[in-house]
Amino acid sequence: MGIGTVWVFAEADGDSVASGTLELLTKARDLGDTVEAVYAGANADAIAGALGEHGATTVYAVDPGDSLVGVMGAAALTKLVGEHSPALVMFDQSYDGRDAIARLSARIDRTVVTNAADVNVDGGQVRVSNAIFGGTKIVQTAFEGEPPCLIAFRPKSFAAEPSGGGAAEVVTVDGVDAGRAAEAKVLDRHVEEAEGPKLEDADVVVSGGRGLGGEEHYSLVEALAKLLKGAPGASRAIVDAGWVPYSHQVGQTGKTVKPKVYIALGISGATQHLVGMKGSDTIIAVNKDPEAPIFSVSDLGVVGDVHKVVPKLIEALEARA
Amino acid sequence: MNVVVCVKQIPDPAAPGELDSDNTLKREGKLILDESDSYGVEMGLQLVDTAGEGEVTLVSMAPNGEVSGLRTALAMGAAKAVLVSDDALAGSDALGTAKVLAKAIERVGDADLVLTGTESTDGYTGTIPTQVAELLGWPALTFAKHIEIGDGKVTIQRQTESGYDTVESPLPAIASVTAGVVEPRYPSFKGIMAAKNKPVDEVTVADLGLEGQVGWSGAHQAITEVNDAPEREAGEKIEDEGEAHERIVAFLDELKVI
Repeated sequence: MGIGTVWVFAEADGDSVASGTLELLTKARDLGDTVEAVYAGANADAIAGALGEHGATTVYAVDPGDSLVGVMGAAALTKLVGEHSPALVMFDQSYDGRDAIARLSARIDRTVVTNAADVNVDGGQVRVSNAIFGGTKIVQTAFEGEPPCLIAFRPKSFAAEPSGGGAAEVVTVDGVDAGRAAEAKVLDRHVEEAEGPKLEDADVVVSGGRGLGGEEHYSLVEALAKLLKGAPGASRAIVDAGWVPYSHQVGQTGKTVKPKVYIALGISGATQHLVGMKGSDTIIAVNKDPEAPIFSVSDLGVVGDVHKVVPKLIEALEARA
Repeated sequence: MNVVVCVKQIPDPAAPGELDSDNTLKREGKLILDESDSYGVEMGLQLVDTAGEGEVTLVSMAPNGEVSGLRTALAMGAAKAVLVSDDALAGSDALGTAKVLAKAIERVGDADLVLTGTESTDGYTGTIPTQVAELLGWPALTFAKHIEIGDGKVTIQRQTESGYDTVESPLPAIASVTAGVVEPRYPSFKGIMAAKNKPVDEVTVADLGLEGQVGWSGAHQAITEVNDAPEREAGEKIEDEGEAHERIVAFLDELKVI
């Protein structure tokens, strides 16, 4: 016996469904009697198959045109919530997911919980788990107001598994009014070309921090990542310093990664960073400071200079290739 | 060009965080300007400079009439501040906070643009900029890594998963800025002295007409449990004496990633 209708705010990643959406649908099947998706984007038919395969029976779709996805998504949700009274709406903690949950919250006057790591239902009450203080404590929060409960989850909180369902039925939402919010228009999109696997999907992630000493030494991180068929990442410190783009950032305000192997080079391990990578299967760290917090979560910690250790490591790996 | 910047005053993030007996974050003692808000302050000052007229006004909500973080932003060059401080605010959720900030922005009156960070360093709910925009009925341009103003419009580069989108909106509007959008200035000695005399308009929940809508009564969520997270055990730790790379290679071998 579930809690009624559970919705997932679906997002696309290029032509396919975002991995976060499939993770949330998988969890939604545990919670709801009915699982449906709400999608603001072009070509809902193209993703209806994958949504259905992960448990959504229906996808309510609105085409945002050149308005923002979060704006049109929230406006469509406002209309749909009034018509269907879902118990829970789940969002990915993505840029558009955050826009959508925030606007919907203010529109329908409901509280939100974001950065969630898990959710369960206890006696009909929805309870959310969040990691705080750099993941050292887990806080459980119960919703007390009128439904729907609005929750945004950190990526990779759940593992996506297909349920084998057929394609979701696409229902177009008409008469969506976003008011002045819709005056913000997307003029054009810039996609940064990236080689190799995506940071959040890679089996191996090699990240660099301030301990690299300078922007020019980030090439060590890239070279090692390439040799291990992994993705290069970064701490917030060197992203803020402008050494590498934000898309590389791992941590609270960046990406959450759970690779098989995470290699931290010259990263001290601020809680901000640890939150984004502590779930890795294995962690290897190289840092000059023997007291660096990164060593407290490392399976293999090397106290040493990245400029000495890493070039030799690269050479040794090249020799094996 | 009048810019309102929402700023949060937070406990020093370098100190370990603690919870009070009611499970809210301990906020006693001196609070400082959240570093992620210093980018909005700097951006606001630069936009006003470029426009050649107008001023930056700060809006903040804090317990105990706390102003030390506001003084830092005033010392950077903001002209004045509205501070909402009231015992009735304790326990407010993000939406309650957004209601307070939206009313405070309306109290300032003539904002062309409101700037915020993307999320606070201590609470990091990350919904306030857009909630405030919705309450004001304004467009929100979130995750801006570049901002330009011209022709009554604001144009930003909005961070995306794969790069950025160029997004434009008529004013008034809200923009949330990412860290690194500009390099925040250090307050000068002259700025610090001048900040002591800049006006801070201290208001209560009643002044904003929000009695009963914020604080614990308006939050609709309750913390039921706080537990220690399972700790990750540290493993092997070695000192590099010229051979550490060999241990890493062997380790990667064991993990079958090479």
